[in-house]
Amino acid sequence: MQKFLNDAVEFVPILLHGVWLTLVVTIGSLALSTVLGLVWALMRVSGIGVLSGLSASVINVIRGIPIIVLLFYLYFVMPDVGVTLTALQAAILGLGIAYSAYQAENFRAGIEAIDKGQIEAAQAIGMSWWQTMRRVVLPQAVKIVLPPYGNVMIMMLKDSSQASTITVAELALQGKLIASSTFKNASVFTLVALMYLTMSIPLILLVRHFEKRAGRR
Amino acid sequence: MIELTDVHKSFGKVEVLKGISASVEKGEVVCIIGPSGSGKSTILRCVNGLEGYDRGDIRVEGARVNRDSSSIVAIRTQVSMVFQRFNLFPHRTALENVIEGPIIVKKEPRDEALARGRALLAQVGLAEKADVHPPQLSGGQQQRVAIARALAMQPKAILFDEPTSALDPELVGDVLSVMRRLADDGMTMVVVTHEMGFARDVADRVLFIDGGVIVEQGAAKSVLNQPQHARTQDFLRRVLHPL
Repeated sequence: MQKFLNDAVEFVPILLHGVWLTLVVTIGSLALSTVLGLVWALMRVSGIGVLSGLSASVINVIRGIPIIVLLFYLYFVMPDVGVTLTALQAAILGLGIAYSAYQAENFRAGIEAIDKGQIEAAQAIGMSWWQTMRRVVLPQAVKIVLPPYGNVMIMMLKDSSQASTITVAELALQGKLIASSTFKNASVFTLVALMYLTMSIPLILLVRHFEKRAGRR
Repeated sequence: MIELTDVHKSFGKVEVLKGISASVEKGEVVCIIGPSGSGKSTILRCVNGLEGYDRGDIRVEGARVNRDSSSIVAIRTQVSMVFQRFNLFPHRTALENVIEGPIIVKKEPRDEALARGRALLAQVGLAEKADVHPPQLSGGQQQRVAIARALAMQPKAILFDEPTSALDPELVGDVLSVMRRLADDGMTMVVVTHEMGFARDVADRVLFIDGGVIVEQGAAKSVLNQPQHARTQDFLRRVLHPL
């Protein structure tokens, strides 16, 4: 135990750099996946054949490709066509795109759960499709969507470790680097696991809060 | 001001409106009665474009109703609708429900909309419920807020789609008396209803619809008291004397 504490004092400052990048990747790709997911979902429920078909195809393509392949593609293949991204940019973009498919399905379920009468009432006072979405449907869908959204946040936090495969020195990669140069595998990976857990717990509590609130309605 | 000419409408293979022709004059109160599934609600929903129609012509103050055209917004702001299940926005207070259309659709100044919204809630007897959310209101109160929301658009006519059918019996009276006052004030109203007493006392004219056609129409008292058609007689007997 004493040895572990000594290791911790030594490694935690280095690992915290990784934590910082983990947070940047998670928050960046969460924001991107939310925006993209909302776009796909709105296209899907637009009632316009071309848009909803396009959205369904995009979602299926994204869902059918492993995140790690998407990351490799953005980081290693895109430079061939003249688009060079930093590792961090590629990581945020890749995870954001990958998760937008799940976000889209979640948002769509929330939108479709809203009573049709709500949409008719909005139309009956002359609201346009977009006004109906913005003022009536989306505010009510948020409550339904939040619990699964919280789960996506937790999954993204953990999946941000995949950015390590394209050299983003986030928590998992920092850990691996320290471990391979010190051979203190047990101490290092225990610390890494504890740090992920520490970041997850607030999110887990948040999800529980969302679920309670959604259930109260 | 509302003119229907030979309106046909099918849902899939089922033809629910088989050539409806009718008109509603300004200031008139017209009640539509008839058995469930006869197409009563569909007529209302076609008038403000919530449903499309396949054939025929519907006009509101001369403008053709076409739900796929942007002109439908102008028609919907002139012809409000009150629904059987109220369809209030549960995430907004009673007052916010009432001012939503004026502010978002008609772009009225907020102060003006708020002042009129409060006045309308007072008119339907709910001034003190302005800041309450719909789920905390009784069905009758919700429906009165919905009527205030319809009035807030300053419509030329209001369509009521079975406004009291989802209410507990003891709450029906409050809603009907609000509607009666509207009629007395000269509002043009088309009311799909099973409340024969209301139809008899308030309506100028009654249309009896069955199987997607207008079986009988005329002055409210004559249709309800001396129905000419056998189907009307049969329907009224069942409604008025269910046992």
